[in-house]
Amino acid sequence: MLNALFGELSAVASHRGWPRAPVNAGTWRGIGEALREGKLDLLGEWGDAAAVHCALFEPATRKLQIATHEAGSGAAPSLAVFHPPALRLERAIADLFAIEMVGLPDRRPWLDHGRWPEPAPLAQQRAAATPAATGATPPARAIERPPYRFLPAEGPGLHQIPVGPVHAGIIEPGHFRFTASGETVVRLEERLGYTHKGIERLMAGQDLEPASRIAARLSGDSTVACSWAFVQAVEGALDFRPPPRAVWLRGVMAELERIANHLGDIGAICNDAAFAILHAECGILREAALRTCARAFGHRLMMDRIVPGGVAADLTHDGEEAIRALCGRLSSEFPELIELYDNTASLQDRTAGTGVVKPSLAAQFAAPGFVGRASGRAFDARVSLPYAPYDTAPVEMVVRQEGDVDARVWVRILEVERSISWLRTALTALPSGPVRLPSPATPATSVECTAMVEGFRGDILAYVRIGAGRIERCHLRDPSWFHWPLLEAAIEGNIVADFPLCNKSFNCSYSGHDL
Amino acid sequence: MRRRLFKNLLTEPCTEPLSPQAPGELETLGAELRGAVARRLGRSLAIREVDAGSCNACELEIHALNNAFYDIERFGIRFVASPRHADLLLVTGPVTLNMREALERTCAATPAPKWVVAVGDCAAGCGVFAGSYACVGAVSKVVPVDLVIRGCPPTPVQLLEGLLWLLRADGRAAADMA
Repeated sequence: MLNALFGELSAVASHRGWPRAPVNAGTWRGIGEALREGKLDLLGEWGDAAAVHCALFEPATRKLQIATHEAGSGAAPSLAVFHPPALRLERAIADLFAIEMVGLPDRRPWLDHGRWPEPAPLAQQRAAATPAATGATPPARAIERPPYRFLPAEGPGLHQIPVGPVHAGIIEPGHFRFTASGETVVRLEERLGYTHKGIERLMAGQDLEPASRIAARLSGDSTVACSWAFVQAVEGALDFRPPPRAVWLRGVMAELERIANHLGDIGAICNDAAFAILHAECGILREAALRTCARAFGHRLMMDRIVPGGVAADLTHDGEEAIRALCGRLSSEFPELIELYDNTASLQDRTAGTGVVKPSLAAQFAAPGFVGRASGRAFDARVSLPYAPYDTAPVEMVVRQEGDVDARVWVRILEVERSISWLRTALTALPSGPVRLPSPATPATSVECTAMVEGFRGDILAYVRIGAGRIERCHLRDPSWFHWPLLEAAIEGNIVADFPLCNKSFNCSYSGHDL
Repeated sequence: MRRRLFKNLLTEPCTEPLSPQAPGELETLGAELRGAVARRLGRSLAIREVDAGSCNACELEIHALNNAFYDIERFGIRFVASPRHADLLLVTGPVTLNMREALERTCAATPAPKWVVAVGDCAAGCGVFAGSYACVGAVSKVVPVDLVIRGCPPTPVQLLEGLLWLLRADGRAAADMA
């Protein structure tokens, strides 16, 4: 399919790695149709100065392609018309760039709550890129915005339950609007954007180092994966190869991050089913993992340890021993907890058959990470689009078909086990040598690259364009963009009381999504 | 499960007076904290956490306060689900414009006497998000703040230390007034 669409087109020379090609309206439409027919996966869609890009993946050939449609006139055709997963991405593009996505089925604002000092905060970039274009000036902000229209759900006996943005637990803010018929959820609609920090405009014009610090804070629980995706795109654009030891250490950090998050979430899911003992036990193992990270890399969450050019700190012998000890402890204690999870009928009663994501829906949304893999989508960036060090030390992908809370828990359980054995391999294979090299001088002309890294939640896509040593455009697409809509689908027909359970089994990021 | 429970009965709790890095540190903190809380609020401190746009790293470490190592509840401190039940707001993040009103309203819904603690570098002064069109910046620009606990993110021990400092400072002021 990619060949048929892009075979004749020439890729942009300044884009390194996977090809990026400008396309005309006809090909763009062809992309939309291929997405609708399920021949391609949409891995991201983002705005730019006078353009809209989308990242496409062809499962059959495992090829990735970026397509660009110009939007100099302030408009571009919508892909969401063909492919609903693009909907929120395009609403965000319209909010940030004032690019009209022609045909967009849902024109409500998404990230813009009418509170920013100026609308379309990234539109100046567009205006600067196309000085001659008419309509490049963003429309003046309306003084009064009509209240956000939630989608209707009508019928006798239905009632609404508004939740958030401040939630009851220690979690991120977002608004959920439930419509319920008695105990059963008829519709859940999410309203997000509360944690929008303006990351994309903040990144533009930054030097590489400060920009990587911002990337590390896209989503704090995935700080390693976010940094890695960003840095990989930067290094790809600059055609720079980080030292081998640094590459392996990045992998070690990423697997430690995966283990810590999976452990925390497995426990938290059990807690939401009122099974506190596993929460306590998993909490202990998670804390052990975080302390190991602190000992090995100097920070419990390993924030800012992955930097352009390598990693910030080398792993000492002591750190290596700490990781080995953690692997040993997990191997002896974790299976016992899993046995407990598996043998507790009252817990299984809550998780099995709850919050089902149908495989067809997971495939349509190209559901990243464990959400997709629990619903039969065999995609893991470490395997499907392998990058160093996973190209030489592969991980085994875990796939389940059931798509319920239980399947998501099992995928994560098995991934913890695979990560432990991967860490053992990595510590044996760890090459010696420097861990950081000075980044090469950046060329005067713009260079760009798209990279993809598998975080604990799923694949993080990073598009970076660098000009004269500074970030011109950086877009980081958190996996949660494609998880949130699936959560709405998963809860339908379940009881309200099972929402925390379903929600935790997804554990979507608010910050990563809101940018 | 019985096997596990039985095993746990026979092993030492992992709750720390015995942090290998700083022996006894947490226990001392806890004892002092309990005293201060007792003076001011009787025997409990109820905390409502408010994420005003953080990256979630601060939340992870605040969560850790509940794990078996730190077990914050043994000091009479617990996290509650509503600001109306809270004595203290623990606020994180660079206060995004989209969260500003929610923060103000949460603060208004918290009955006096109340404290506000800004947690993390973002809540302290906008952190790496300084200069963004979408952030107000320090929490103190929106609601009065009694204490700032810095860090990106602060560790659970730093969080405990910070809470103690606030309560001790306040307790002292109350004693002076008396």
